[in-house]
Amino acid sequence: MAKVMRKVAIYGKGGIGKSTTTQNTVAGLAEMGRKVMIVGCDPKADSTRLMLGGLAQKSVLDTLREEGEDVELDDIRKEGYGGVLCVESGGPEPGVGCAGRGIITSINMLESLGAYEESEGLDYAFYDVLGDVVCGGFAMPIRDGKAQEIYIVVSGEMMAMYAANNISKGINKFAQNGSVRLGGLICNSRMVDNEKEMIEKFAEKLGTHMIHFVPRHNDVQRAEINRKTVIDWNSEAEQADEYRALARAIDENEKFVIPQPMEIEELESLLMEFGLMEAV
Amino acid sequence: MLLRHTPKEVVDRKALMINPAKTCQPIGAMYAALGIHGCLPHSHGSQGCCAYHRSTLTRHYKEPVSASTSSFTEGASVFGGQANLMQAINNIFTVYEPDVIAVHTTCLSETIGDDLPQIRKKAQSEGKIPEGKYVLGASTPSYSGSHVTGFSNMVKSMIDLSESTDVKNGKVNIIPGWVEPSDMEEIKRMAALTGVDTIMFPDTSGVLNGPMTGEYKMFPDGGTTIEELKSTGDSIGTLALGEWCSADAARTLDKKCKVPCKVLDMPFGLKATDRFVDTMRTVAGVSVSDELVFERGQLVDMITDMHQYFYKKKVAIAGDPDQLISMVEFLVSIDMCPVHIVTGSPAGKKFIKRMEELTEGIGCEVNIKAKGDLFTLHQWMKNEPVDLLICNTYGKYIARDEDTPFLRWGFPILDRQGHQYFPTVGYKGGLRMLEKILSALMDRMDRDADDAKFELVL
Repeated sequence: MAKVMRKVAIYGKGGIGKSTTTQNTVAGLAEMGRKVMIVGCDPKADSTRLMLGGLAQKSVLDTLREEGEDVELDDIRKEGYGGVLCVESGGPEPGVGCAGRGIITSINMLESLGAYEESEGLDYAFYDVLGDVVCGGFAMPIRDGKAQEIYIVVSGEMMAMYAANNISKGINKFAQNGSVRLGGLICNSRMVDNEKEMIEKFAEKLGTHMIHFVPRHNDVQRAEINRKTVIDWNSEAEQADEYRALARAIDENEKFVIPQPMEIEELESLLMEFGLMEAV
Repeated sequence: MLLRHTPKEVVDRKALMINPAKTCQPIGAMYAALGIHGCLPHSHGSQGCCAYHRSTLTRHYKEPVSASTSSFTEGASVFGGQANLMQAINNIFTVYEPDVIAVHTTCLSETIGDDLPQIRKKAQSEGKIPEGKYVLGASTPSYSGSHVTGFSNMVKSMIDLSESTDVKNGKVNIIPGWVEPSDMEEIKRMAALTGVDTIMFPDTSGVLNGPMTGEYKMFPDGGTTIEELKSTGDSIGTLALGEWCSADAARTLDKKCKVPCKVLDMPFGLKATDRFVDTMRTVAGVSVSDELVFERGQLVDMITDMHQYFYKKKVAIAGDPDQLISMVEFLVSIDMCPVHIVTGSPAGKKFIKRMEELTEGIGCEVNIKAKGDLFTLHQWMKNEPVDLLICNTYGKYIARDEDTPFLRWGFPILDRQGHQYFPTVGYKGGLRMLEKILSALMDRMDRDADDAKFELVL
């Protein structure tokens, strides 16, 4: 039987650690023998840095701009750690053009070039998406027929939870007429009080689950400085096991839901409840 | 001398396009949609787009072209066009009662990321689409591809309606590509002469070349019907004419309903028509009909009778990729020399390679450009003058400046008549092309001949 490729999109507030988490998790999946492609959907084009050992990738949109429409798959796709295929959409410099359109163009181009064909033998395609679902372009990865499962990276900080709730609204809209579902929340710890409990509760309210709690550890930073994922940099590290656990959890995940976003008041009271617990 | 500022010296130019040889994707989408019976094309964007696309089609076909628009405002651009389109679908089915609404997007709706398939599903699930009626959708941003891409995308969207039951219908689908209504009629006639039952889609014959009856019909009698479109999934095969115009739809149908497809060149000229007729004959398992053999003979006769006038005459030609391939092949086959060839469409290496093959051995240097413009063509003509320019109406400025005989062919033709009614495909169309080429060349000979050489017989 032909393998069914799982298409996964990672969303979350800007700076929450989506790219880091994605790459470390993908390293875990690669270690498990899964064939993965990462599609970076961020104009900064830094979604595959740890896989490739630096910003070594020429982005799809740069290639398109410089070489016209006669682009070949090998021009824009590079193999990194563990045989992971890396693609960066790229996009305009800050403050100009339309980054959202860039994502639409680049995903369309990958499709027409056959990057998702069965013959590529992929188990996973990961979309690492910039920030919030601010406009139609950033929702491209969750349109029908694109990513089917979404994971939101979140922490116990209020703004991160706001963003996660907002993203849930976007997923909810697309899920009404499509196959996209929320696979869970990934808590990337910021050492907030009662963080784990709060995110578990938050996930429950959204109708999903917290798929893994990634504790904060300096090894992540150390590995990043070396332009590597933790598993690649020091496979014995405790933190490496955390990412392995997350990779396994995603690989075995069967809970896919249409999220029910919370009202703002409800979200605020959740924050109060867990925040105040500590104060007492 | 309106183009007197065009310099002879050709310099490398990347960013600037001067006198483009292509137009918007939605124009192609709109034209394709008009080939469905009872279909109202709908432009998902601001009003200006729709107005321009309609008027260009009207100016070319001299028929009223109705199309609706989502009428984007500042608000729709910010909040997305879903509400507008939902309302439009509701209004259109209530007021105009078409069988199909064929929605195409525009630059604006594409850029803000409106997800057309999602909106169509929503309209369906909310009951905005009455029983037995359909909404098709094609993504057609003008900043990629050209009008040819838009045409192809809309034809591909028609496959949405294709259904396969267990019973074959014994018919062959023909996707004619972007040709005139008269050409579609001629292709159907040739197919009928080989005894093959066909479903042609899209089919604008009888829609954009209809008669004046004194009665206005918003939806003319012509066009492929819904039943026919559904039935395409049960056909025994699909013949797609033109790699750029038609192949995508044919392959999509093959994927969806397992209807095997063959992609042929558009049947312009002797050889390409031969290939078309031969394919039809093979499908039907019959000999070529006497009528077609007779017509072919007439074409060959004219080629041989007039060969001295064609021989080594240099031609500059601009048009769309599929049309150019067959037409250049035709010109080469009658010993003319197509030395400057331009398409505005980004047809890529495949097109260039095919052109190089076709013009190999004609004994002159050939300039070929895809994603080119008429400015380039003009410059080439200044450096290497030609005996004939074949181009759409926009070529008239070059022809006048360079004092070159001019034959209007392609899209759009805004200043001459006949193209809707008289085909240029098939053997008959080949004859008409030759007639036009000869007229252009001989008119020039007559004009320039001094009294002693002003011949009665040519």
